[in-house]
Amino acid sequence: MRKLITTLSLLGISSLALAADAVAQTEKQATNWHAIIMFCAFVVMTMGITYWAASRTKSTSDFYTAGGGITGFQNGLAIAGDYMSAATLLGLTAMVYTQGYDGYIYMLCFFAGWPIILFLMAERLRNLGKFTFSDITAYRLDQGKVRTMAAISSLTVVCFYLIAQMVGAGQLIKLLFGLEYNTAIFVVGILMMVYVTFGGMVATTWVQIIKACMLLAGGTLVMFLAMSEFGFSFSTLLEKATAVHKLGDKMMYPGALLKDPVTAISLGLGLMFGTAGLPHILMRFFTVTDAKEARKSVLYASGFVAYFFNVIFLMGLCGILIVGQNPEFFEGGTIGGKLIGGGNMVAMHLAKAVGGNMLLGFLAAVAFATILAVVSGLALAGASAISHDIYARVIMKGQASEATEIRVSKIATICLGFVAIVLGILFEKMNIAFMVGLAFGVAAAANFPVLILSMYWKGLTTKGALWGGYSGLISAVCFVLFSKSVWVDVLGNKAALFPYTQPALFAMPIAFLMAYLMSKSDASARAKQEIEAYEDQYVRAQTGYGAAGASNH
Amino acid sequence: MSSAMYERMRANPKFQELVARRSRFAWTLAAVVLSMFYGFVLVVAFNPMSLGHPLGEGSKLTVGVAVELFMFIFFWVLTAVYVKRANTEFDSLTQEIVKEAWKENK
Repeated sequence: MRKLITTLSLLGISSLALAADAVAQTEKQATNWHAIIMFCAFVVMTMGITYWAASRTKSTSDFYTAGGGITGFQNGLAIAGDYMSAATLLGLTAMVYTQGYDGYIYMLCFFAGWPIILFLMAERLRNLGKFTFSDITAYRLDQGKVRTMAAISSLTVVCFYLIAQMVGAGQLIKLLFGLEYNTAIFVVGILMMVYVTFGGMVATTWVQIIKACMLLAGGTLVMFLAMSEFGFSFSTLLEKATAVHKLGDKMMYPGALLKDPVTAISLGLGLMFGTAGLPHILMRFFTVTDAKEARKSVLYASGFVAYFFNVIFLMGLCGILIVGQNPEFFEGGTIGGKLIGGGNMVAMHLAKAVGGNMLLGFLAAVAFATILAVVSGLALAGASAISHDIYARVIMKGQASEATEIRVSKIATICLGFVAIVLGILFEKMNIAFMVGLAFGVAAAANFPVLILSMYWKGLTTKGALWGGYSGLISAVCFVLFSKSVWVDVLGNKAALFPYTQPALFAMPIAFLMAYLMSKSDASARAKQEIEAYEDQYVRAQTGYGAAGASNH
Repeated sequence: MSSAMYERMRANPKFQELVARRSRFAWTLAAVVLSMFYGFVLVVAFNPMSLGHPLGEGSKLTVGVAVELFMFIFFWVLTAVYVKRANTEFDSLTQEIVKEAWKENK
């Protein structure tokens, strides 16, 4: 059997947390029929939904935003689904298992952005946006230039995130289902194309909702079964876990992962504001009827996310005893050795230990479904940047018909699907631990500053937005490129040129500063008009009057 | 979406009131979340040992776990408080503003 570099932890945001842990070996496992049957059931159900959704997807608004007809509760579940990737389940459980309390700290970092998004962004996003977040940044600025910039940074984020998801998917599926890596990549790529091209946002949303429910139910069940072994007593669990854990009492102290203040603060910033700059998350705010529903979405989404993180914390702690003390789950049967399938398999082993092969199969199917759903959301966000921003607004200058715009977005989806498959195969054996960090870094440094300034700062001009966006994009990419994870680990140089792994603390101020200076120095007549146009935009942002609604129906 | 409508809404004293009330509320809540969260991050960065102390004599539950659990719940409660007030008080004020601007239009 071939040994490979696993990238399980890259499946999503938590790879940031596990970057150090990312290089482990995975082997192809025996074919897991329970998992395959349950996954097939999921596919059949979602294909049925896609068929139904296809009959309802006629206009561009249907395609990009499900006609704005999703309720706050549904959207909350879908956002939670977008946010809780397979890595949240696998990576964070593994992190609590190995690092204890550090894992819980990371989860709070992932969570804390949501209240801020609600207080400062949610209603303005809904009131100003239509299909993509560039609708907001370009609202009163030069459409062509600003949209091109926003589309480039959106596509950059989407591509890096897609690579991480695809490679992770291949590895995970090989491990859980016993399928070949390339087969797995094709399955994910093709299913994603079908969901998005036929069903648009309606299908993508429902795939996301179903998957979020499965994930919440599966996690809760495993947690309950595991906790029942400790009489549902958290202190018994902690007492026993600290007694056997290799870190001992230190397990409950913040440890090595956040060893210096700069990394800790930069990570906190990157996760909080990166979330607020991810195109596929921002897009979800345009699927609801109005600002009221947009606010409710965040309330439900953050509730589910907070709940699930606490479930994962308990799962990780239970894993220390149930998995960590059972020789059956270690290679060669030595406790404390290497876990079968690598460090990220704690959640899966825990499911098997408390619920047998059925529960293992279910959780594996959930993990596969999760990847599929996240990949679909990303593809839709990428396709809308191409068709809505670049094609319809920049190339056709708003003159494209709805039918051609939809056709272009479908073609874009298929192209993105093939790009994802090719990249997934190309990057199979590479250490891509930096990819998700890069996606969050670019989102926090290129998308977020321009977006927030365009909503809150009257003085922003086209020149400022372009300088801010491009400088954020370039500096985030460079900081990651010159950091240890790429410069040393991938390119094989001796020492890193940039001493930290997290770019946000440095790249974000550059973007804000450039946007400020260039806007201030812009004395053109156009800039004056743009500043004046803020007044109307401000009233619309506050009242929602004139906002794109579900009125097309 | 005429500029005239926006002009009238802006001139309505209720609009100024809405903006002032909502901004004060949103920024206060945001400040609470940001200061608690970054305060916690700074403690993690500069004084990690303080988070590992047990909550009580002989208890295994640590200060850090209790503080985090509190933040998870408290932040979510704050979002609920904001949504409640925004979806009732602020939204009805908004509707009044839009309605009044329409009336003047006629």
